[in-house]
Amino acid sequence: MNLDGNPGNFKAHIRQEPRFIDVTKCTSCGECAKACPIEVTNEYDRGLSKRKAVFKKYAQAIPGAYAISKRGTAPCKATCPAHVSIQGYIALINQGKYQEAIELFRDEHPFPAVCGRVCHHPCESACTRNDYDEPLGIRELHRFLGDWENGVDGRFLPKTAEEKRDEKVAVIGAGPAGLSTAYFLARKGYAVTIFEKLPVAGGMMAVGIPEYRLPRNMLQREIDMICDLGVEIKTGVTFGTDITFDSLKADGYAAVFMGLGLHKGRGLGVENEDAEGVLQGVDFLRDAALGKEVSIGKNVLVIGGGNVAIDVALTAKRKGAENVTMVCLERREEMPAWEHEIEEALEGDINIVNSYGPKSFFIDKGNKFSGIEFKSCTAVFDEQGRFSPAFDENACEAFFGDTVIVAIGQATETADIEGQNVPMTARGRLAADPVTLQTPLEWVFAGGDAFHGPKSVVDAVASGKEAAESIDRYINGLDLREGRTKEWTFDKPEIINEPHKDRTRVRCLDPKARECNFLEVSYGYNEEEAKAEADRCLKCGICSECYQCVDACLANAIDHEQIAEERDLDVGSVVLCPGNDIFDPGRLDDIYSYNSSPNVLTSAEFERILSASGPTMGHLVRPSDHTEPKRIAWLQCVGSRDNNRCGNGYCSSVCCMYACKEAMIAKDHCDYELDTVIFNMDVRTFGKDYEKYYLRAKDKSGVKFVKSRIHTVTEDPATGNLLLRYADEAGNIVDAEFDMVVLSVGLEVPQSTIETARRLDINLNKYNFAETTPDHPVNTSRPGVFACGIFQGPKDIPTAVTEASAAACAAGRNLSEARGTRIKEVVKPVEIDVEGEIPRIGVFVCDCGINIAGVIDVPGVREYAEKLPYVVYAGENLFTCSQDAQDQMKEIIKEHKINRVVVSSCTPKTHEPIFMDTLESVGLNKYLFEMANIRNQDSWVHGNDPEGATIKARELVRMSVARAASLRPLHERQIPVTRRAMVVGGGVAGMNAALGIADQGFEVVLVEKEAELGGLGNRLTKTIEGMDIRNYVKDLAAQVKGHAKIDVLTNYVIVDFSGFKGNFKTEVLVGESMASRILEHGVTIMATGANEYRPKEFLYGENPRVLTQLELGDRLEEAGGADGLDHVVMIQCVGSRNEENPNCSRICCQSAIKNAIHLKKLNPETQIYILYRDIRTYGLLEDYYTEARRLGVRFFRFSPDDAPVVVAISDGVNVTFMDHILGRKISLDADLVTLSAGVEAGDTEELANIMKLNRNAENFFVEAHVKLRPVEMGTEGIYLCGTAHSPQLMTESIAQAMAAASRATTMLSQPYLTLSAVTAVVDPEKCASCLICARSCPYGVPRINDEGVSHIDDALCQGCGACAAECPAKAIQLSWYEDDQIMSKVDALLEGEI
Amino acid sequence: MRLTYPTSVKIVRVPCTGKVDVQHMLRAMEKGADGIYIVGCKEGECHYKYGNLRARRRVEQVQKILNAVGMQSERVQMYNLSSSDAPLFVKYAEEMNDRIKKLGPNPIKARAKSKDQQAA
Repeated sequence: MNLDGNPGNFKAHIRQEPRFIDVTKCTSCGECAKACPIEVTNEYDRGLSKRKAVFKKYAQAIPGAYAISKRGTAPCKATCPAHVSIQGYIALINQGKYQEAIELFRDEHPFPAVCGRVCHHPCESACTRNDYDEPLGIRELHRFLGDWENGVDGRFLPKTAEEKRDEKVAVIGAGPAGLSTAYFLARKGYAVTIFEKLPVAGGMMAVGIPEYRLPRNMLQREIDMICDLGVEIKTGVTFGTDITFDSLKADGYAAVFMGLGLHKGRGLGVENEDAEGVLQGVDFLRDAALGKEVSIGKNVLVIGGGNVAIDVALTAKRKGAENVTMVCLERREEMPAWEHEIEEALEGDINIVNSYGPKSFFIDKGNKFSGIEFKSCTAVFDEQGRFSPAFDENACEAFFGDTVIVAIGQATETADIEGQNVPMTARGRLAADPVTLQTPLEWVFAGGDAFHGPKSVVDAVASGKEAAESIDRYINGLDLREGRTKEWTFDKPEIINEPHKDRTRVRCLDPKARECNFLEVSYGYNEEEAKAEADRCLKCGICSECYQCVDACLANAIDHEQIAEERDLDVGSVVLCPGNDIFDPGRLDDIYSYNSSPNVLTSAEFERILSASGPTMGHLVRPSDHTEPKRIAWLQCVGSRDNNRCGNGYCSSVCCMYACKEAMIAKDHCDYELDTVIFNMDVRTFGKDYEKYYLRAKDKSGVKFVKSRIHTVTEDPATGNLLLRYADEAGNIVDAEFDMVVLSVGLEVPQSTIETARRLDINLNKYNFAETTPDHPVNTSRPGVFACGIFQGPKDIPTAVTEASAAACAAGRNLSEARGTRIKEVVKPVEIDVEGEIPRIGVFVCDCGINIAGVIDVPGVREYAEKLPYVVYAGENLFTCSQDAQDQMKEIIKEHKINRVVVSSCTPKTHEPIFMDTLESVGLNKYLFEMANIRNQDSWVHGNDPEGATIKARELVRMSVARAASLRPLHERQIPVTRRAMVVGGGVAGMNAALGIADQGFEVVLVEKEAELGGLGNRLTKTIEGMDIRNYVKDLAAQVKGHAKIDVLTNYVIVDFSGFKGNFKTEVLVGESMASRILEHGVTIMATGANEYRPKEFLYGENPRVLTQLELGDRLEEAGGADGLDHVVMIQCVGSRNEENPNCSRICCQSAIKNAIHLKKLNPETQIYILYRDIRTYGLLEDYYTEARRLGVRFFRFSPDDAPVVVAISDGVNVTFMDHILGRKISLDADLVTLSAGVEAGDTEELANIMKLNRNAENFFVEAHVKLRPVEMGTEGIYLCGTAHSPQLMTESIAQAMAAASRATTMLSQPYLTLSAVTAVVDPEKCASCLICARSCPYGVPRINDEGVSHIDDALCQGCGACAAECPAKAIQLSWYEDDQIMSKVDALLEGEI
Repeated sequence: MRLTYPTSVKIVRVPCTGKVDVQHMLRAMEKGADGIYIVGCKEGECHYKYGNLRARRRVEQVQKILNAVGMQSERVQMYNLSSSDAPLFVKYAEEMNDRIKKLGPNPIKARAKSKDQQAA
């Protein structure tokens, strides 16, 4: 992503990686994953399980569609000139799917068996295993497929075009290029005729490659399969004489492909070359292949060092030569022949003589060859590496023989084509465009060796394939060039911990048994060998591109051709929430043995083990031996609070809580006594009510907490158990043994995020979190770009969710003008009145591809449905949710005058809204709809019992039809929203909330009970970062007062509050006059704040030398504030974490450290002693704790049952406390004792009563949901922020205030609210006013109205139905779940059988 | 996770188990259901605060009634689980299925049948 422009007007350039699956078509059925042969590590289970290359991350993932993992293209496929899906067929071989494998091969290449014998396999050089041990035997594997196909006498061809085309194409030359061109054209439906000069088809495959390397029957099989596609091969037809361009044109051929090959040998240019007994290699091989008589005598010389020369030499040997000597220019290591061929030649007793070039032939009188004189070659190539042999004419040697065969190069036979104006290059090759292969004659195309020079069969196939593509485009008048310059790049995977595996060797015919025959030398792999070799594949591309998923997907959602999409977006603001990585403890393996011991897990892995959907389905077992652990240790601060080893000096904030949670859940999972120990330095459970959770873990669940940082984990190799050695608080060395160790790993910013930040020009702090300031917690260094979540700093879920809303508020400020400008209104037709009509039910039974139809007899269910009461139509769809099926459904509803719809498919959780929309679009009330879940509740879970599943499907449909018949239309009421907010409380939180809403363009009334704005902020001095709070509060108050949209009421009292979301009414008495004023507002924000606890302990209030941290903060701001302070003792947790207030006050540790640092800076001589229970400097605050220790502040832990004692002495105060390390009490005379007094909720008792708001035991207001709705209250339309919610830092209050403003804005921005129609309705005739409903309602909604009966306000009703179930007179019905409607299902199931 | 459970289980959807009424359960027993079980959220985790606790009370009430009329009260049960806990859902389904198999068919069905036969 890149970003240009300015706040309010950015252009964001984004790149979206391909998913290879169309999310709009994917039905999430999972058939693709079943078909996929590739298993890879499941990242979601943290590597503890496997997944397929095509996968859905987890069951509830959004979007619910699958995706395919690819790492570019696998190196083998990318390197193969024909781009065969090599990894794909290997994966299919692994699964024993040989037919699918060979079909996949043939999709790109017609000669698996031929190329399996003769290919020069560039793929194997690129194979990742080649860098690691040995490359895979890729060629042998597809040879195996060819042999297998031969063995089963099959002919497995890929799909061809269904419609034949009228156009004809001529191919000149039946070599691999011509045959491939014909093959690919025939598959596109063209009629192709190949004209071949020789009496056999196959070109060099038939007459160049010797039979012992390529048995002719295998070649013929594959040529025959091309003919099976309708290709006609005419042999013995010479282009230039028998046929010409003109004759072809006259015969109606639309295009011609020239694949003439290189069938003429190159001469040496040495005198007497025309003598008898001097043969050309290609001629010799051709004659030998065609079975012509060749007389070569006993002693044969072969000139040349390439593959052809070796073929010639070995063929000569088989043709009866006793001594064959190969002479070549190159040194042994320079020889152009492949190494394995040279070795085969040596095995075949061929004498190879290197570094000689022919000088002259010896001939006898009858012009017959008798020998050659060679001169020694001193260099083959010049300094630039060009072929330019240099000779030493003085060092010569003579060789004698009966025949010499020259095999130094090939050329096109041009004699025949003279006069045809075939376009040729100066080098004697066919001239054509390198990409399109089109020659200057536009209807003529060229390829193969005659075009690109001598290459391998696979290169000829590649050019044939390209030529076929060009010819097809040419005939269809399309652009020949468009989109054809694909770069085949690949990334190799990083190979770690992969076992070395030897390549499976190919068994060969004994060299002695090869003499004088043309039996195939190589046996190839048998099935067992092929599988062993296939299993070595490292799956470099992840997805193997075997395309099995494409066939499996009946919804046609898979698109392997998708490419990354780059787009420009016009945006006004940008919010960055890229998330986090967890620390990789493998980096500290010497300490934690994470890499080496399977029973050492990260906390993230342990979470997956505890999860019901995890790798062990929630069964707690350890990985090494799947036994149930008896003792588990958690090690805290792994990758956090560790400047020494990993550089992460911060606290990750979440690990103490999750360790408590994991330990408790682990205990819950066990039906035996599980011993759990959490080794920690401090337990940091500082969030709202978190301390209570910690106490529950400790006191109720029996989780043990040990204060110690573990420095070594050692595995006992015999048991897999883990040995921990640590020093306890008294300094004793303890050895402990555990079955499992869980590392509480910290949070980190991922490398990819760091790169994104760099591209966006966002400043990061030293730990790579986004740089923000205390007063603007979500603003990054770049205006208009906001950060939230862990990118902003380590935090837990509630804080991250809150901050996300804060970022939305900040982002929205730049966008308020644009609000609503891109909304499109859905136009719905007028609703059809079905009141009083007899039900006419339409039932749509879904196959869901084969998800349902593969198990359940869907046609049977459909027929059954037709017979059910009131059913007027029953149909079956492949995918009922697809767009076309929805369109059909609309027509069917109209055609059959259907007034109730039953869809029998999947879950209403995901699909009900889709079908309801369809109903509405044809004017049918959307509540006249019912679903029978025959997939999730039937075919998916009863796949082992198709018959039982079908019976159940009928029952489910019968139940749904019965309920549908009982449904009535329901209408969702709309209520207007008063677009004004009331903010209660004018502290930092309240003022920020007010500004957040007002800046979005809505009116705000801010009510503050004091005379001045600012709240507790007025008493604060500086933040720990050094920001001046007093100035900040002053500026903020000025901004609020000056804002045109904000009305500030000070000195107020709320006396009455009524209404509901969108429509509240509040009566306030304002000012000294106590004038009453009624405020109408759509939303309410509670920001009533909190106070510093006023200590009753430690002589506070009695002795002037005992202060609170706030008071000390004030004193230090005054000139000379630190004077005379030689010894200062600070006592933590005063008024917190005790019986009266079990909560941690969150802010006091940092207050103490802030003041301690300030004091040390003012007076470095001051001795400061901080007496604490746990230091809770979470997140980035940890740096200040480190700083305080560096400055010499001393920290002593105390236990609450041995608390410090403070007594007054004549010139100060004396403090006595226990030092755990010394193991004795310390008595200290101090000049000052500072108490870290906790945070106490504001006095909101009366307010809570008037407004009916929930408070917790400590009088903080309670949010609707800790994580999901952290700034909303139980009553809709009321929001919560600041210390009224819980103790928090100023910067956290600001974020929370912005979050509340943002949530409130979502309601204010709508002109009206749509109420649910699923609400409880009272029948006043039946109501006995017994008040049971009022008591049963969890929200207190039912009221006795003026008529003396119960009334339930549909704006407030949450639709749970508790009242309806409790009502003794059955006067209450929950709409859509009326008793009759529920009972109709029961009745239909139990007695509705037909 | 698509874990297998017995086909004898058919689900009736309600917004909250707190909506399930005693009369719904009794009606099902009367019509011949062999067993009924209510599956609610874990206790303390009800979306509507305490609907699942109300359901448990009502199940207990139905059990009492069944006992009073001489039917096996184990035919009606209350279970709690988290919506993501498929293995536990299956465990409860199997447990219920096994329990009902041991108890045999709902005796009301047999009586209704014999009455039919008598009438015939």
